[in-house]
Amino acid sequence: MLEGFFVMVFIGVLAWVLGRRSRLRLRMRVELLALLLATVVAGAYVVVRRFEAGLGAVTNLSDTFPWGIWIAFDLLCGVALAAGGFVLAAAVHVFHLRRFEPILRPAVLSSFLSYLLVAAALVLDLGRPYRFWHPLIMWQPHSVLFETTLCITFYSLVLAVEFSPALLEKLRWRGVAAAVKHITLPVVMTGVILSTLHQSSFGSIFLIIPQKLHALWYTPALPIFFLISSVCAGMAAIIVESHLCAACLGEHLPWKLMVDLGRACSRVLWVYLFMRVVDLTWRGVWIEIAARPWLGGSLALELVGGALVPALGFALIARDCRRKGLVLCALLVVGGVVLNRLNVCWFGLMPATGLIYWPSWMEWVLTLSLLLLGVMAFVAAARFLPVFPKEELPLEAPNPERIVL
Amino acid sequence: MLVDTTRCIGCRACVRACDQRNHLDQAQGPTTVWDGPAERLAYNQWTVVNLEDRADSSGPLPVKQQCLHCLDPACVSVCPVGAMHRLPSGAVVYRAERCIGCRYCMFACPFGIPRFQWDSGLTPVIGKCQFCAQHALFTGPACAAACPTGALKFGARDALLVEARARVRARPARYVDHIYGEQEAGGTSWLYVAGRPFERLGLTQGVPSTALPAYTKTAMGLVPWVVTILAVVLSLLSYLPVYSDLGREEKT
Repeated sequence: MLEGFFVMVFIGVLAWVLGRRSRLRLRMRVELLALLLATVVAGAYVVVRRFEAGLGAVTNLSDTFPWGIWIAFDLLCGVALAAGGFVLAAAVHVFHLRRFEPILRPAVLSSFLSYLLVAAALVLDLGRPYRFWHPLIMWQPHSVLFETTLCITFYSLVLAVEFSPALLEKLRWRGVAAAVKHITLPVVMTGVILSTLHQSSFGSIFLIIPQKLHALWYTPALPIFFLISSVCAGMAAIIVESHLCAACLGEHLPWKLMVDLGRACSRVLWVYLFMRVVDLTWRGVWIEIAARPWLGGSLALELVGGALVPALGFALIARDCRRKGLVLCALLVVGGVVLNRLNVCWFGLMPATGLIYWPSWMEWVLTLSLLLLGVMAFVAAARFLPVFPKEELPLEAPNPERIVL
Repeated sequence: MLVDTTRCIGCRACVRACDQRNHLDQAQGPTTVWDGPAERLAYNQWTVVNLEDRADSSGPLPVKQQCLHCLDPACVSVCPVGAMHRLPSGAVVYRAERCIGCRYCMFACPFGIPRFQWDSGLTPVIGKCQFCAQHALFTGPACAAACPTGALKFGARDALLVEARARVRARPARYVDHIYGEQEAGGTSWLYVAGRPFERLGLTQGVPSTALPAYTKTAMGLVPWVVTILAVVLSLLSYLPVYSDLGREEKT
């Protein structure tokens, strides 16, 4: 119940505080802002408790269920939804689709912040966070986790370089900016390679547990599915984020590009859906849906609600560019991929481990705090750095009362 | 190590010997209470003996549990820092000084053996049977030395496997025709023979007979190829403006 309450508060607060057209009085906004900060403070309390009394004191994890939502949601979903950065960077710099350039910077910024938060969640989830650098020197090439750690570390650097022009422009360091521009193409390519590797390797993490992960999800093709679905999730997340930027920050990004993205997302979704169906058929596990209705329902929701419906929707909407429909479809894709990661890392393990894990309120609070921190960092960066294209700025004078954070 | 459950009398001398040799604190203790809740492995309890198969008409049977020391261990293959390490002798040992506490070993272990120190804020460790191999003067595992009935027999795996087969073949009425650990997870250094079906003895069932690291090996083997192919393809694509919309704008 408590966690449901927190989720509602979070969604409500975000919608109200950040709503551009919200008619809330200033005092009300200050109070809501205080609530936001309270969540972050509660998150800080969780961090303190975690170091004081151990992971057992703040989480509901156990020896039978050693990975919880900090891995399933913060890490897996965080990385998948941040795939937009590499997809767009590849589109602009490798495929020379320059028309996407205006939305590249916001996408790279949100990816970069996502990776920072993913790293934060991962480090807090480690038993000994101060040894986070151990994998970088104690090479274990056969370990999937070693590979992903390496990729995430270097990809964060790549994202930092990709975003650095915004900061350099602000600082007017023209020489450095020119140098960065010079190395952009190889850096972007490295980023694409690193992303392909770690997005797929997050699926490989689960290849070692054939007897534990339910047959509806366990397949040798997990890495491929993780990679393709992350591309969908990344593009969908860009659409959702752009909508939020327009609605909450008044930063209107060219909507035509969103329609293009939706169309591209739809094509990838069809491929993804086709491969999932072929995989399920080939392994002959459709019958499992009937055997375990809860898991079957979760799979159906993920495939129909999170892939089939938006794939159709994007294709239909592309004709008349309806904004609400596009955002709704993108939200469905995001939800579908999130559900997929939770299924693989959490619900799909339940038949083997039993119903023994549900996150504690402290796990929810930390997850929410990290999300909020990410949003705040994005808003702050958007205000102080040239993230959004200049010509797209709203023409009216900025209304100081409108911007809260 | 060969465990002959038909010879075990459930004295828990092995558990006591393990706790003493490895200086595990006795918080949980080996008790002499048999009808209480089953004792569980913990980061500071590397082996337990519990009564299994209580419903059987011939009475319950004590079964020892600990790490089975796989020949090709999942924990070793997944550990990103090499904290889990297989010695040439076959012992799978944990090296706390490397461990970052990611708990992937617990996630990956097909037998669910490694345990985490959940109540430690900054220095949690993983706990599991080390086969007593971490001791400088290795004279065999403490549990085997303490066993009064010969239910635990320490030796080379090949020899023990021969002996286990001989025991099963010699007295088919006493043993079921299966050696647990011969095939499980590609083979383990601990082998069990028993007089009752193993699914009733609390030993994990449904473990694949392939060594688990093989499942990841293909994917990991593709990594260098993916890197090479992507590097070439991306470079080519960036020079060939196949998809380019540069024509619409001026080139920078």
